[in-house]
Amino acid sequence: MAIESEVLVIGGGLAGLTSALAAARAGADVRLVSAKQSTLRHASGLVDVLGYTPDGDGPISNPYDAIPDLPDDHPYRTVGAETVREALALFDDAVPSYRGSHTDANALLPTHGGTVKPTARYPAGASAGVASDPRETLLVGFESSVDFDALRAAAHLDAAGVPFDVRGATVRFPGDLRADAKVTRYAALLDANREVTVGGRQRPVREALAERVKPDLGDAERVGFPAVLGDDDPAGVRESLGDELGAAVFEVPMGPPSLPGLRLEDALFDALDDAGVGIETGNPVVDFDGGDAVERVYVEKNGARIPNAADQYVLATGGLVGTGVDSDREGVREPVFDCHVEHPDDRYEWFEDEAFGDHRFPRFGVSTDSGLRPETADGNVEFANLRAAGSVLGGYDFAAEKSGGGVSIATGYAAGRRAAEAVR
Amino acid sequence: MSDSRHSEFDPAVPETAERDPPGDSVVDGENPDLRPGADSCYKCSTCDTSCPVAEVDDDFPGPKFQGPEQWRLKDGDDSVDESVMDCSNCMRCDSACPTGVPLSQMHNTARGEYVSEELSKLSVEYVRDRLLANYRKSAWLASKVPRLANAAANFGPARWLAETLLGVTREREFPEFATETFTEWWAANGGAAGSKERARAARERRGEPADAEKQVAYFHGCYAEYNTPEVGRALVRVYEHFGYEVVVPQQGCSGTPMFANGMLADARRDAEINVSSLSDLVDEGYDAVASCTSCSMALRQEYPELFDIEGIEDVAANTFESVEYLRVHEDLAGELAEADVGADLAAEFAYHAPCHARNQGLDRQAVELFGDLDGVGVEDVGDSCSGISGTYGWKAEKYETSMEIGAEMFDHMEAADGETGLTECPTCAMQMEHGTDYDVRHPLELLEAALVD
Repeated sequence: MAIESEVLVIGGGLAGLTSALAAARAGADVRLVSAKQSTLRHASGLVDVLGYTPDGDGPISNPYDAIPDLPDDHPYRTVGAETVREALALFDDAVPSYRGSHTDANALLPTHGGTVKPTARYPAGASAGVASDPRETLLVGFESSVDFDALRAAAHLDAAGVPFDVRGATVRFPGDLRADAKVTRYAALLDANREVTVGGRQRPVREALAERVKPDLGDAERVGFPAVLGDDDPAGVRESLGDELGAAVFEVPMGPPSLPGLRLEDALFDALDDAGVGIETGNPVVDFDGGDAVERVYVEKNGARIPNAADQYVLATGGLVGTGVDSDREGVREPVFDCHVEHPDDRYEWFEDEAFGDHRFPRFGVSTDSGLRPETADGNVEFANLRAAGSVLGGYDFAAEKSGGGVSIATGYAAGRRAAEAVR
Repeated sequence: MSDSRHSEFDPAVPETAERDPPGDSVVDGENPDLRPGADSCYKCSTCDTSCPVAEVDDDFPGPKFQGPEQWRLKDGDDSVDESVMDCSNCMRCDSACPTGVPLSQMHNTARGEYVSEELSKLSVEYVRDRLLANYRKSAWLASKVPRLANAAANFGPARWLAETLLGVTREREFPEFATETFTEWWAANGGAAGSKERARAARERRGEPADAEKQVAYFHGCYAEYNTPEVGRALVRVYEHFGYEVVVPQQGCSGTPMFANGMLADARRDAEINVSSLSDLVDEGYDAVASCTSCSMALRQEYPELFDIEGIEDVAANTFESVEYLRVHEDLAGELAEADVGADLAAEFAYHAPCHARNQGLDRQAVELFGDLDGVGVEDVGDSCSGISGTYGWKAEKYETSMEIGAEMFDHMEAADGETGLTECPTCAMQMEHGTDYDVRHPLELLEAALVD
């Protein structure tokens, strides 16, 4: 026996979650297994579709218009622009707290480094910060939170030519938190509006924080904070800070560990729960049985192998940064099913000498047929019932193109839908 | 298993620890070296966002410091930072880490080192922690006179004394001791021989071969033994329903409260008993099952991480959480879909996933499994930690932190439809009852109600 389902999704990132959701909404009985907690907590929370061409041209205004010109082996070409739209519609429905669906065009969002990033979907909490908005802006950093240098970020934005006045200020977070306080510590305090001690007096933290910012406010009509403004109730935190300050409040997306990423993870897991998907995280899939088709896979827990069987499988284990594509000096491989990963035999051809050169390694991954089924070196389908989604796919460079979220959502959606169709 | 093949082996009388020489403990070694694990940490700080203590306690530096950073800083004579005693050993950081840093192993090792080298054996803290860690000993004594113990444990002046002298909070109600322990019930019902008979009858009824090799060793742990034997009885009945012969080997505490209090020598003493008797059974084709997720966690992960005892890896690889085991080997979902359950237990449950279930990938199991059971609703009350973390919430100085961590769970429970709690962990259950006054049941009890006549 084994733990059984109709569709088994392997991987808990954006691709795996979208895949499981798409398959479940199409009527399949779905389980998702993930080696670790979802990697979304490493993500900024912005969902890009396509910001730059593979040649580095951009920022692109409309990603859908650019898809037909992408190389043949790009995952967007495999699924087509219409599927990208459908997939994002599923995302918008599952995560109603996100903005950006009103237009095909990319939005421009300020990052914590002071650059401007073209992105397709962004959390509601970031929306008052869009760079196309001309309102005067104050960025606020915290002394103890060194990941966001508000003065430097403001200077960078100014140098980038944004159409608004922008200044930075650094304040002490009220209550004098420890120098390396966790993002969850700020969020929990703000969520509950707990009392903190300021000047020997106990005050609610939201009010006290607004007081600290007021002397720097000037004529600014909007104020950007690092993305630590609440975990359970970020809208409530922003609203009361905004009321105190008399200005719109937004969050600047941060690097890992990222609260917007955690919130996105929560929203997607809630959607999976509502769709009746079984979820298991914390243990890797290490092996499988099967010949032309996958019969079952084994989830390993400290030496114990737990069999999981399904009719259809989706491989969404991530790329080189995750655990979906592995490499050593001898070669590059996909470790779970040993699917073929095209790469030069000579490892000196995997990269270029220049740091930002046109490396090949970011595009390493499995190549697939039109139904997203991984293919062997000579172009045959590896397994009749296995599809791949997200950054385990080859043929694109998400970091250079700013296409990571979109490819994961689009291919996850397509793989999940097709898996569900195959069992119905 | 045919009797002729194992003529000398009697599962009801497993061998004891005395047979084996004591093993080496990794932490007792001269220079435990966890640097390889520390080097895998690239300071992404994801572990810190999963730490329930860091979220509410500004004095706690978080798992990244307690694990890899402290291990790098600690060189030669530098001592372990005392903040490691504020870690509740929920082990959430383990499954958060994307690069496989053995965080809880580092924390357990550091706490052991702190307690053995920094903490005075005469201090109130040491005495109190040792008492809490060795709950099994006091529970054994109390179970001899359960009614007296129940009265005494919650007697006001005694609780005041316990808090004043020992730092055991008087805010909590002591768990009730059962008038009949699980093993007393087990013996009265014929022990292994009785189970064998009942399992054979069940296999016959189910149309399975009479000699099918369906045997499990039940690790009941301290809580099902002394406080909630109904959970142990439910396990036996559910397993026998599926045709499994159950044996109950000699066993000590799983060691979880000892790891959490840095009492590694105590933990090793009991680990040797457990590994010795369970590895004999594993050799004979038995799998071990536990009804408490902290017990299965200890046997599966903490044992091989901390101790070097013969057979320890085999025991870890053949230990399962009791419901998980049935999911793998039986058509549990199918039988549940056919079953329905009267409302004796409850119709709606508020389910809390214990941290130690989470780390075994079992945090969604109950919700997934009972989803198709007629007449029952199981609602997950979210991914917050209950906050009690075994003995942690019993310490007077940790009580407030423990309740602050648990607040989110209490709120979610109040908001859920059900007014009966459901969880696999006995101390989480204690906290759920304490924070909401709800009755709390174990998924095995629900399985028993659904499947066993």
